[in-house]
Amino acid sequence: MAEKLLQVRDLYLYFRTSKGVVQAVDGVNLDMNRDDALAVIGESGCGKTSFIRAILRLLPRNVHTFKGSVVLLDTDIMKLSDERFRTQVRWQQMSMVAQAAMNALNPVLKVGDQVSEPLIIHRRIPKKQALAQAAEVFRLVGVPAEFLDRYSFELSGGMRQRAILAMSLITQPNLVILDEPTSALDMLTQANIMNVLKSIKRDLQQSFIFITHDVSTTSELADRGVVMYAGHIVEISNAEQFFLNPFHPYSQKLMASVPTLKEKKELEFIPGVPPSLINPPEGCRFAARCHRRFDMCDKEPPMFTLEDGRQVKCWLYK
Amino acid sequence: MNRLKNILGTLRRYPTSIVALVIILVLASIAIGTLITIPYNEARELWKTSSQAWEDWPKYAAPAWTNLFRSAENKLPETIIVETNDFDALSVEPVGSSGTATRTIKELTFDYPYYIHPSELGLTFDTVSGTNPIATVTWITPDGRETKLFDSVINKRRQNISNDRTLTRTLGCQPIYGLFSNPDDPIDILKPGAGAEPQRGTYKLRVETLTFAEDSVVDVKLVVYGRVAGLAGTDHYRRNLLVGILWGTPVALMFGILAAVGSTTITFLIAAIGVWFGGWVDSLIQRITEVNSMLPLLPILIMLGIFYTPNIMLTLGAVILLNIFSLAIKTYRAMFLQVKNSPYIEAARAYGASGLRIIFRYMIPKIAPVLIPAFVTLTPGYVFLEAALAFLGVGDISLPTWGKILNNANAEGALLRGQFYWVLEPAFMLLLTTLAFAMLGFALDRIFNPRLRGI
Amino acid sequence: MQTQTQETQNGALLEVRDLKQWFELRKFVFARAGYVKAVDGVSFTLPRGEALALVGESGSGKTTLARTVLGLYKPTAGDVIFEGMKLSSLNRRQMREYRADLGYVQQDPYGALPSFMPIHTILAEPMKIHGIRSHSEQTARIHEVLEEVRLTPVDDFINKFPHMLSGGQQQRVVIARGMILNPKLIAADEPVSMLDASVRVEILKLLRRIQEAHNLGVIYITHDLSTVRYFAERIFIMYAAKTVEKAPVESLLEHHLHPYTVALLAAIPDPDPENAKRFRDVPPGEPPNLVNPPSGCRFHPRCPQAIDGLCDVEEPPEFYPLEGVEHSVECWLYK
Repeated sequence: MAEKLLQVRDLYLYFRTSKGVVQAVDGVNLDMNRDDALAVIGESGCGKTSFIRAILRLLPRNVHTFKGSVVLLDTDIMKLSDERFRTQVRWQQMSMVAQAAMNALNPVLKVGDQVSEPLIIHRRIPKKQALAQAAEVFRLVGVPAEFLDRYSFELSGGMRQRAILAMSLITQPNLVILDEPTSALDMLTQANIMNVLKSIKRDLQQSFIFITHDVSTTSELADRGVVMYAGHIVEISNAEQFFLNPFHPYSQKLMASVPTLKEKKELEFIPGVPPSLINPPEGCRFAARCHRRFDMCDKEPPMFTLEDGRQVKCWLYK
Repeated sequence: MNRLKNILGTLRRYPTSIVALVIILVLASIAIGTLITIPYNEARELWKTSSQAWEDWPKYAAPAWTNLFRSAENKLPETIIVETNDFDALSVEPVGSSGTATRTIKELTFDYPYYIHPSELGLTFDTVSGTNPIATVTWITPDGRETKLFDSVINKRRQNISNDRTLTRTLGCQPIYGLFSNPDDPIDILKPGAGAEPQRGTYKLRVETLTFAEDSVVDVKLVVYGRVAGLAGTDHYRRNLLVGILWGTPVALMFGILAAVGSTTITFLIAAIGVWFGGWVDSLIQRITEVNSMLPLLPILIMLGIFYTPNIMLTLGAVILLNIFSLAIKTYRAMFLQVKNSPYIEAARAYGASGLRIIFRYMIPKIAPVLIPAFVTLTPGYVFLEAALAFLGVGDISLPTWGKILNNANAEGALLRGQFYWVLEPAFMLLLTTLAFAMLGFALDRIFNPRLRGI
Repeated sequence: MQTQTQETQNGALLEVRDLKQWFELRKFVFARAGYVKAVDGVSFTLPRGEALALVGESGSGKTTLARTVLGLYKPTAGDVIFEGMKLSSLNRRQMREYRADLGYVQQDPYGALPSFMPIHTILAEPMKIHGIRSHSEQTARIHEVLEEVRLTPVDDFINKFPHMLSGGQQQRVVIARGMILNPKLIAADEPVSMLDASVRVEILKLLRRIQEAHNLGVIYITHDLSTVRYFAERIFIMYAAKTVEKAPVESLLEHHLHPYTVALLAAIPDPDPENAKRFRDVPPGEPPNLVNPPSGCRFHPRCPQAIDGLCDVEEPPEFYPLEGVEHSVECWLYK
């Protein structure tokens, strides 16, 4: 029985574009336990979406480099052929909820048919039984079973998001990956979905990775926080450490820029823009915007593991 | 300018488009070159069936370069022309007492090495004189047999030898066979295949002219019409098909491009106006489009061609008119509708832009790039349409175009006679043009239509 | 010629009175299937120099309200009064002048800019429309405004196209365009929701600085309550086409009176690791259909404190339960 759910080592994903090679994921190492909810936080262009694409092998045609090892339980899924990956891993062991997933529902299919599809395809379960299981998952996510017979346009945004969530859970995968699960939703609906995710986590001991640029919402679900910047992971820490006292200068600035309702604080912002992923700069990639930069930052820092279990990619913590 | 360089750079990624661009440049240079060297009026003159320019060209001749593919013995004859001006006189003597009459004797020689008879024989008399001179023209075969071809006053310009009935009776068969007959293998009606080959060797023509004025000039020209001529062959009016092919290029390109650009641009504008004003204007435009899409284009154009003397501008106008309400309006309308709801249009309304300004400054420039591949991909269709109309006989008859050549070829049964070049040449040009524009158009489509990228 | 109305409040830049904006639903070409009542009776005043936040979820009517104030829609009923003039009484020319007094900052920075125009053309457009034709005058103003939004060095930016700029820079151009005619009021519809977290603050601070420098009135629309405290003086909570609570920001955060406001505030997470350990209280149900809103108070089907027989029958008027504070709430609980 493997202890760790996911072990990612030296994952690289580069894309070929007309302007050059985009080094989207540039050497990422990550461990994840069962029952963990991992939040991957970063801004646009930091590589977080490419990261999950790499894990799920949902790659576009212009891939330049794709290498590394991703061990899910005890299998290195990078070594599997595309066909084996499709039948055995994707949606069986790992599933995904895409951004603006409410638009991922096929408008000409009934919602129930679509949600039960993974079971029919991957597990060859007869339709009636699959629909029954779909009804069960709907109950879990808080959608009345009668909506199985409706079409997607008859559902509101929040309902659709929950239907997509149901679809990702129906095969009882080991890992569910969510890409910006709530960014397109209203606040109350957001809170609702977060409640649903919390109850699923508690009742099913489901593991999640979720990606977002909205730091506040991550606190709703995350056990651990992973901060990405310019294709690298710069900090990994557990929730308390991350939200109350981040170590990496970027994480600190990020936390400082989040407006809070409950406490009054001076809001900060980070001047400048993230570096281009085509020919990224030498040395620490955040150095140009860092308020605590010093001479060692001209060389790329390794990931330092600290006593309390944190990992920070910054010379300040040598 | 920068944008153009960008586009050319991106095109480099699609090799077929480079080939296409090269072809189009070649066609364009042909078009421009032809327009310069053979101006319009000259072309019309040349193409007239009554034109004198082709009198020395054979009819139905294949292109001269086809001989390259034939072995030495099987080469088709080229036209041989000998005229008295090129030869020195054997004797020049005054006749009579007036002092102005002169008898000139010249002997013209030529070689005939071909395995097959010429297509025709003709004599041309070019005279500058007051009183008509007298000429005696004698044909001398390589083995010395003499036949009198002409013995009288020169009172017309051309004497067709091959159709001369008197000569036919004298020889007992058609002059092109009789004058070239092989003594060892005479023509015999009872023996098929006999006399099929002409006698090869050096033939002579003795020309005796009697002029009556001092400054009289007589040039007697013998034309032994071959079976190959020119780069492109000839048609039934002896016209060098190269003129037709060359001149067809600017006509085809001009018609195709003008029709494509004209109709697409107007269609685009109509769609824009419909979307901006909405309401009944939009509905009306849609209904007109739907009715128009049911009108049969080709039959209407044919009718126009029958009722009115077709000229190319009229056809162009009619084609554009019938195509501006094409179904493409629905596509453009969808694009405009999408753009109409864009935030930047809303912002423009907020800062007070008028409807017209929004259409022309904000909506059209956004969508106009889509027109560029449309221009290119629609051009071959119109080139073909023009050729089709000319082929059906309702095109502009005074202009030499590819379709007209095909029309002639068809009427003369070219394929049945084995005159493949007559059909293949215009067909090849049409094919080349269509292919080039299509390839370029597809590549441009991939550049300008973001949804098609990556294919 | 201005048509002054008699009862304008002193110094108010903008006054909205019982504004209704209904959109027709067409079934077939002629049959009418009812109206979407996007804004159903909203009133307020906005003085110069004040930033007003309109907060609500999608469908609450906040965007429609802003668009009506901007003159993009004609009100179905009620009045929009700007500097004492009723919008409905303006002729074409006056309407155009009115538009010069308003700036519009939209949500999608890339969509708000025409992708085929370089920056200086984008910024010159409003000037051309309003009669400023001299090239030198346009250039001078463009430089001025780009300096103000901190897109410097200006010459680096004026010839660029929108896709060459980052999201934050694009939004600065949008703000510059909104400012170029020296407006008196800015309507900002979710100006930062499509930008990255670290850039949001920068842009919001820029807007605040501009507002203070030019004493502008600002209508700031957002669904993100947490930013409101930093960038607005007053806040209106909207639900189902009506305002349910209006208050100065501090007062609202301290005394959230309306049950909907309470639910909203409870739903917003602060980055606090304890959040993962507990569930949030969220009112059940969905925002109502705007064609047939619920009778009486529109929130009553979801309200945990609804009073049977009252809340589902009669629409509550505005109450002012707090002494000395301009804090109104439309809820029968405060009768």
